[in-house]
Amino acid sequence: MAALRPRRRALVSPLCRAFSGPGCQLAPERAGERRDTAPSRVSGFCPPRKSCHDWIGPPDKHSNLRPVHFYVPENESPLEQKLRKLRQETQEWNQQFWANQNLTFCREKEEFIRSRLKAKGLELRTGSGQKATLDAEEMADFYKEFLSKNFQKHLCYNRDWYKRNFAITFFMGKVALERVWHKLRPKQRKTST
Amino acid sequence: MAASPHTLSSRLLTGWVGGCVWYLEGRAMQESPREFIRLFRSVRKQWMTFQHFTFLRRMYVTQLNRSLNQQVKRKPEPTVSPFLERSSLAQAKAETCAMRPLPPPHLPLARKPNDKELLELESASVIEGSLDVGRETKEEKQWKEMKLHLDDLPGILARLSKIKLTALVVSTTSAGFALAPGPFDLPCFLLTFVGTGLASCAANSINQFFEVPFDSNMNRTKNRPLVRGQISPLLAVSFATCCAVPGVALLTWGVNPLTGALGVFNIFLYTCCYTPLKKISIANTWVGAVVGAIPPVMGWTAATGSLDAGAFLLGGILYSWQFPHFNALSWGLREDYSRGGYCMMSVTHPALCRRVALRHCLALIGLSAAAPVLDVTTWTFPAISLPINLYISYLGFRFYVDADRKSSRKLFFCSLWHLPLFLLLMLTCKRPPGATCAGGEPRG
Repeated sequence: MAALRPRRRALVSPLCRAFSGPGCQLAPERAGERRDTAPSRVSGFCPPRKSCHDWIGPPDKHSNLRPVHFYVPENESPLEQKLRKLRQETQEWNQQFWANQNLTFCREKEEFIRSRLKAKGLELRTGSGQKATLDAEEMADFYKEFLSKNFQKHLCYNRDWYKRNFAITFFMGKVALERVWHKLRPKQRKTST
Repeated sequence: MAASPHTLSSRLLTGWVGGCVWYLEGRAMQESPREFIRLFRSVRKQWMTFQHFTFLRRMYVTQLNRSLNQQVKRKPEPTVSPFLERSSLAQAKAETCAMRPLPPPHLPLARKPNDKELLELESASVIEGSLDVGRETKEEKQWKEMKLHLDDLPGILARLSKIKLTALVVSTTSAGFALAPGPFDLPCFLLTFVGTGLASCAANSINQFFEVPFDSNMNRTKNRPLVRGQISPLLAVSFATCCAVPGVALLTWGVNPLTGALGVFNIFLYTCCYTPLKKISIANTWVGAVVGAIPPVMGWTAATGSLDAGAFLLGGILYSWQFPHFNALSWGLREDYSRGGYCMMSVTHPALCRRVALRHCLALIGLSAAAPVLDVTTWTFPAISLPINLYISYLGFRFYVDADRKSSRKLFFCSLWHLPLFLLLMLTCKRPPGATCAGGEPRG
């Protein structure tokens, strides 16, 4: 079964690429084949062929956000495409912001701990090999500084996030209405003729 | 730790809700306050033991899951040594944060490999391939189809509406209704109960709708339905609308317009003021305290139809209670708040945070003394509530002085049982109808 899987993947992945566009990106060892795509999300996941829903993955290790693999229906309307593109773009934008935010936080936290330990004259690792940490009250200075440093950035992010969230929900509503309308319309045509 | 307190508080208060409803049904004013205290304390002991066990179990499971997750997440990067799994996540992140290019492909594309190399590379890549497939299969299993199953919907909506917090809100409304003077009107009570519950569900759903990426980044909130993709934002907003409209309608036309107006105002305050303000200014805590104070006022206005002194007293009690409760809780969440961009006193003004918590613990003593003055309770109430008020003030003082995690946790857990007990004592000491106020005329 395991031997069959690489072959099946070789078949499935080009089809996946055709249908899902930038949503379905390949695992690192195949990155050479897809150098044209932006390496923003690396995931080997492709949904089963018979599925016609979006799929949501585990939280990303940097951004903690769950990536969504968007389903592209064959008869996708322009409105549905607009919604999907907006969701895709928002997902990438969120991913970039939070991955950057979390990595910066971790990096600056490490630097802070290092500098404080140095100021105290302590080593980075204690005698037992455990990593030396500062207690919560010492870390409080860092948390306060980090929050105030990133305040403007968060304000802009929040404003944009609210706009995008409303837009996505609004378009979802429009798409839902459009689908209901399409379901009703053929029936109307049948009854009229 | 962050995940457990809210579940703990909700379990405790669910038990209290049962006690409250029993009281309302029985109107057992004949029994002495001591019986109630004894009954409540035995129930509380059972809950606390159960909670302690559940807390320990959850800590174990969380840590186990965390270590498992670290293994799963770390594997796709072949350059990171598996032995680094033991070190902190932060260290690994620091290493990977220097935006390294993707690991080079194993098949060099620049030159054509000769046969021997090709054979070696192929065998290596097959082994790598099967290993990667093994990793990817595990990761694949974690992908879930975003298809809504109708039998999951009630659970999802319960979590979306923060049903346990809603239960707490509704129980404070019930306390307000029960403490209001006048005969107990069961239909009116039920309408208030349902209407407030629906309004609370709506407000909580909208709050979660706004906070998806932030909730993903905090341990306490990362398993919410919108974060996990169990429900779409459109459905969340539709659900909120379907709760808000009937809820407010019930309150406005079934109870009275004043209660309906308070319900609408509270939804607006919570969703449009408190939620965005959390990222802008520490004033959000005061706004949030008002949000918590309004439900008992709604209960009072539902029973009496007017905003009198008793309503403001109850609102004041809930307002003051929010501060030791929330400020103590926020003390342990400073890292998450800082990273997520939340402006909380515990991060930006730690001394103010502790001062305000202590101040409001002391205010609760004052408010309990004001209750008989305003004819809400008898003079027994400040006397019998003094021990618990002094205890929470003592813990508030310890938190103010020590400013550490231990004192913050003690204060937080105390606030969880202090409020239900306080309100129960108020109920038992409610001024009986027809009693005279101090030097005044008999009340009809």
